Amino acid sequence: MLADAVRAELQTIVGAGYVHGGPAQRIAYSYDGTFQQQPPDLAVSPRTTDEVSRILALAHAHGIPVVPRGASSGLAGGTIPLAGGIVLNLARMNRILEVSPADGVAVVEPGVITARLQAEVERYGLFYPPDPASLSQSSLGGNVSTNAGGPRCLKYGATKDYVRGLTVVLADGRVLRPGGRVLKQSTGYQLTQLFVGSEGTLGVVTEIILRLVPLPRERSTAQAIFPALEQAVEAVTAILTAGLLPTALEVMDATTIGLVEDHMAIGLPRAADAVLILEADGNDAAAVQAEIERMGAIARECGASDVRVAADAAARAALWEARRAISPALGRARPNKLGEDIVVPRSQIVAMVRRVRAISAEVGLPIPVFGHAGDGNLHPNILFDRRLPGELERVERAATAIFRAAIELGGTLSGEHGVGSLKREFMNDSLGEEAVWAMRAIKDALDPKGILNPGKLFPTRAGSLDGWLAALPTLEGVTPG
Amino acid sequence: MSSEAGSPQDAGVGGSLLGAEYENMLRCIRCGLCLSVCPTYQLTLLEEESPRGRIAMARAATEGYLPLTPDFVRHEESCLLCEACTAICPAGVRMEELGVAVRATLAAQAPRRGWRARLAQRLGFWLLGDVGRLRRLLTLLRLYQRSGLQALARRSGILRVLGLADTEVYLPRLEAAFLVPQGQTWEPHGPARGRVALFAGCVMSTAFAETDRATARVLAANGVRVEAPAGQGCCGALHAHGGDRAAARALARQNVAAFEAGGHDAVVVNAAGCGAMLKEYGHLLADDPAWAERAAAFAGRVRDFTEYLAALGPAPAPGRVAATVTYQDPCHLAHAQRVRRQPRALLGQVPGLRLVELAESDLCCGSAGVYNLTHPDTAAQLQARKLDNVAATGAPVVVTANPGCLLQLQAGAARRGQRVQVRHIADVLDEAYRAAPEQAARDDGAGAAVPAEETAHAR
Repeated sequence: MLADAVRAELQTIVGAGYVHGGPAQRIAYSYDGTFQQQPPDLAVSPRTTDEVSRILALAHAHGIPVVPRGASSGLAGGTIPLAGGIVLNLARMNRILEVSPADGVAVVEPGVITARLQAEVERYGLFYPPDPASLSQSSLGGNVSTNAGGPRCLKYGATKDYVRGLTVVLADGRVLRPGGRVLKQSTGYQLTQLFVGSEGTLGVVTEIILRLVPLPRERSTAQAIFPALEQAVEAVTAILTAGLLPTALEVMDATTIGLVEDHMAIGLPRAADAVLILEADGNDAAAVQAEIERMGAIARECGASDVRVAADAAARAALWEARRAISPALGRARPNKLGEDIVVPRSQIVAMVRRVRAISAEVGLPIPVFGHAGDGNLHPNILFDRRLPGELERVERAATAIFRAAIELGGTLSGEHGVGSLKREFMNDSLGEEAVWAMRAIKDALDPKGILNPGKLFPTRAGSLDGWLAALPTLEGVTPG
Repeated sequence: MSSEAGSPQDAGVGGSLLGAEYENMLRCIRCGLCLSVCPTYQLTLLEEESPRGRIAMARAATEGYLPLTPDFVRHEESCLLCEACTAICPAGVRMEELGVAVRATLAAQAPRRGWRARLAQRLGFWLLGDVGRLRRLLTLLRLYQRSGLQALARRSGILRVLGLADTEVYLPRLEAAFLVPQGQTWEPHGPARGRVALFAGCVMSTAFAETDRATARVLAANGVRVEAPAGQGCCGALHAHGGDRAAARALARQNVAAFEAGGHDAVVVNAAGCGAMLKEYGHLLADDPAWAERAAAFAGRVRDFTEYLAALGPAPAPGRVAATVTYQDPCHLAHAQRVRRQPRALLGQVPGLRLVELAESDLCCGSAGVYNLTHPDTAAQLQARKLDNVAATGAPVVVTANPGCLLQLQAGAARRGQRVQVRHIADVLDEAYRAAPEQAARDDGAGAAVPAEETAHAR
């Protein structure tokens, strides 16, 4: 528990109304988009870089853990305060400080919601492409900290490709400003990129300079239906080797289609083995139309039984809404889900989905797969009910097998969600011990006391991994009051 | 749907009331999408003021990890029950049902608010529990307004001394003649296209009685026979939201019984808050074997006035309403009943009327039943935000479809001296339908007295 003097000092820094230490309030800062739950000692809601700096200096002096958080919509446990301490609620730092068409940048605070920035820059004819499915609620600070992606990554790249500069508060309260407004920089280490995807373990991002690109004026979206998953994947390869660069190529498998239809009835074809969503964009309407038609033709050649191009903006929006509803819709099938985020080389997508099907049959849990076929980033979601005896063990077996399969097939653990607490034990397998050693050396140099988001990213076990999932915290064991 | 089967009414934490909502809570997958539409989260940017936070806190309480602490009570009670979260939730959490269960639990056992709020709430429940009682009080208030006492009270500063100044501005200009539902009918113009029962509402039939009549006239002008059945009462929404579930259930039984006879196609209601509540009766009485089926059948027949008229297909309006208007979505119409398109479509077909969209049209205006009395600060912030958005449209008229919103917007506009007319959609449509020359002659001067076509059938 925190000393009263620390609480008093925090109140002085942010104001009494912005220290949240009541029993119910601590519950509100105990979770993210996974099933994990661990209350902090308290949460604080700062408004400025200076306040964040003072909070960190205080925490550093007392050795108190600090976990930064934006919207806590993450899917890897990144914002769970595993060691208690202080949760830093950055949602109130939500100003769009500047949109500069001349420099092609936006300057924002970390609490700005992704979709809000996108809407704002579109008024200038500009475009911020990264589009995680959670864009209506996710914060840009969280996007930077997890290197968030989305369907449009295929053509436009992930968050890391748009971060030009940052303001970062280090563990001891020092303020660092790597990068800047300029397009090119060959001046020493690329420190800006070091903090992208660092999940709050190296510093707290309090300001972000984001690169903007011209907004494509035209967009066209189609849905293709396949009797066999192999045909869909073949179509993806055929499209990408035919000199086309679609904005997005999204896939959902038969299990996903069935579950989404069971629970939301949005009109997906239940008989299909796979559905692809294809999108093209550009400035010339005729060219975009030609491109989507060419993609549709290739899909048909590969065996698509039906290809439909969205007739207008509303139909296009409906297709994407359906795509973004998948993850939450799966939550209706079972009380809990573990959403994975593996990446495999495109040539291995079929092999990966087959492995997932075999794993699903073996453990007896439904594991729908959907995701970004164009970049091999797949989301197998293990559906379960934590209350059933033995269920967590089966989930752990399935998750372990999925991680191992992705690595064996030449892929990695996470494409866009991050590692958090959920995938930390597999970091050595995925990156190699040397890479993890190098990461830890950086972490130790910047945060010698280890107060920033402890328990994340790095493996905690030396020997057997058995029980790694059950070891993640839930509310059991938390005493009331 | 979560099931209430066999659950008693009096339990608390971990017990049946919250326990019955447990499956509902478990649906939350903590994606956080609700944060993007929640008025209290948008104002505070604090998780404990968000739907996801309220579900997590209620769940922790149900599971026994959290007692009903003062901060639990504060953050649960600050919910407006506006249902914006329910409408957007991809996982299917039903927040109003959860909120009602939480409040009933709190009413049963938590440390309560101060005496003033408690007294006001008890008084409100008592008044609304019996519309006759409400009418008698409002008659006195009408006297207060007409006699010059109101002007005197406002001038003298006595309201401020009594701490009533902020509350008193919500007092609407009371109509001369309340609409007392006693089986009166409005005969359809032309061939009959439908036959409906009007739910008159307690606030609507008294403070906005003329709007109730306008609703009936518009329906009659569209070939619908309208009847106002005797025996109906308050819908019970304020009781349910205030934690008095037993009173809400008693009112529900009364209304179900009152509307059973008559073979009406639909029960039409022009107050969004009441409509949402009436549609919930099936859920509210689900565990009452004698009433469950009847309540579900009743709920299935309830239609908002705009929902009914749009489905019927409105006849061309003979008159014109030459005005630019904007439309504000009542939470309990847009979110709870998912009726958004119909009011806009009906306004769009009024000759001469130009409809401009309102930014954040479906963000709660802060009225939320008695929320503006229990949480004046939050309500005032939402009210100001709404009126700023209205001002930005440039429209001199804002149209809505719920008495709470009407009062909230009128009071706010009056307080800040904003020149905007706040109208119920039924009144706007009535103007369009009654403006036909031959009809206007017939209806003129009917405002205060009983309208010509309203014929009372004492039952």
